[in-house]
Amino acid sequence: MTPAPGALSAGRPRERVPPLVEQFKGGLAAPICLTWEWTYACNLSCVHCLSSSGRRDPLELSTAEIMAVVDELAAMQVFYVNVGGGEPTVRPDFWELLDYAVANRVGVKFSTNGLRIDREGARRLARTGYVDVQVSLDGATREVNDAVRGRGSFDMALRAMRNLADAGFGEFKISVVLTRHNVAQLDDFAALADRLGAVLRITRLRPSGRGADVWESLHPTAQQQREVYLWLLGHGERVLTGDSFFHLNALGETPLPGLNLCGAGRVVCLIDPVGDVYACPFAIHEAILAGNVRSLGGFAGVWRDSPLFARLRIPAAGGACASCPAFSACQGGCMAAKFFTGLPLDGPDPECVRGHGEAALSLASRLEPPRPGKDHSHRGRAVTLGMPSLRVPAKPCDSSPLAAAR
Amino acid sequence: MIAPFDAAQRYRLSPQVALRPEPFGALVYHFGNRRLCFLKVPELVDIVRGLGAHSSARDAVSGLPEKRRNAFLRALASLAAAEVIVPDVTGSAGQP
Amino acid sequence: MDAVTEQTQDPQDDAAVGDEGVVEELLVEEVSIDGMCGVY
Repeated sequence: MTPAPGALSAGRPRERVPPLVEQFKGGLAAPICLTWEWTYACNLSCVHCLSSSGRRDPLELSTAEIMAVVDELAAMQVFYVNVGGGEPTVRPDFWELLDYAVANRVGVKFSTNGLRIDREGARRLARTGYVDVQVSLDGATREVNDAVRGRGSFDMALRAMRNLADAGFGEFKISVVLTRHNVAQLDDFAALADRLGAVLRITRLRPSGRGADVWESLHPTAQQQREVYLWLLGHGERVLTGDSFFHLNALGETPLPGLNLCGAGRVVCLIDPVGDVYACPFAIHEAILAGNVRSLGGFAGVWRDSPLFARLRIPAAGGACASCPAFSACQGGCMAAKFFTGLPLDGPDPECVRGHGEAALSLASRLEPPRPGKDHSHRGRAVTLGMPSLRVPAKPCDSSPLAAAR
Repeated sequence: MIAPFDAAQRYRLSPQVALRPEPFGALVYHFGNRRLCFLKVPELVDIVRGLGAHSSARDAVSGLPEKRRNAFLRALASLAAAEVIVPDVTGSAGQP
Repeated sequence: MDAVTEQTQDPQDDAAVGDEGVVEELLVEEVSIDGMCGVY
């Protein structure tokens, strides 16, 4: 760890190169990893979906186009991709794309509701090189989970997890979006992960996508945020918080484990199913669109030259938050959460633990928040849950980007 | 089982590692254990890449000023603990 | 998940070092980005 200042002789630099986290703030020549949504199609209709998924977009990247982006990422030495959607396994070419990425030294971590993780799927994954699996679950009980993710989704997720365990896949992740209704189940989630040999990951609900519609009723209360902070202090070494809770650091003296840095546009970014590039998966809106992989410079050109990303790589003054003593711990919170609640980006996070966000939200002069950028939600038909006996897509191309080509 | 670092041993960059040069040095990602390391000075990057061509780790740092060698050996020890560099028992790493 | 830094104290690294002086040369830093936003 960095020594105390008193250990130095006067005037001599402590080290020639700043810590890695400082290098991250200025942006890297290539992302370390990035989030990549392979389709907007999904068999579920979770109420808080950050990408408003359900129906595929007619302009989704083809198999060849995805492989071309993989080639770019391999050349840039992006170490791995976090694949999601929608439900990425809905794509018939999912397995082919997974194998292609891994063969080209781009690791794949993917998020799933369990749709295609039957026994054979689990065995196939266990045989694959670098692949990590993250199964989404938002309740430790069927009742709490299915209220958010739809009837049958709990069972589907648990079946997928058991299949992975049985296939000897090894450690997979269980990813939970924290809501008002499942904060009380944190210990149960941890126990479930232990039982299945999995790693628990908890993530912050953001007012992005369909999350904008349910945020006010679903986001944890101030008291619950304090419980989460304390729980993470006690359990954080075994729990991942990939969608950081660093805004909670202002609650106490002890920072939560982890890098506690927003890497958007600097270390990571998002590629969406039609090739649009955004700073992060919670920030899908045309006002904060960085570019498209189909443009002349490809993904590399966007990462390198996007004016949006250039702005993010300039150290930001704290703005309204700069005078708050907690600012160095919370760094003003989450840009996407502020954007989609209509708050200024240089002001408090809507869930500011000191209450500044609530105060800002209640101002009568606040503008109407931006509506989520794209909406691929299922329209007017019953939620289908992927169980073969129940699944009736309205049109084949609702779930298969390749349907038209057959 | 990771053997303790032995400066008299020949080492090489693990085949499970991707090393990506950066202006400040290099990022190193291990695909097996998912660990991410940062080599903070370009000299260390050169030494790590050239490890297999030397008969031992001690030999690999011998080109440095003597007062810096211990720091670099300690760095190599931490990289060995992370399995970024591994003992090269075959002696073939230095060959094309 | 914790950052591990390699450091060493080498009092001979600078001729001007006095009793109180040490120079740390941090050459390797390990970082977990699992705690960073957007990472699965």
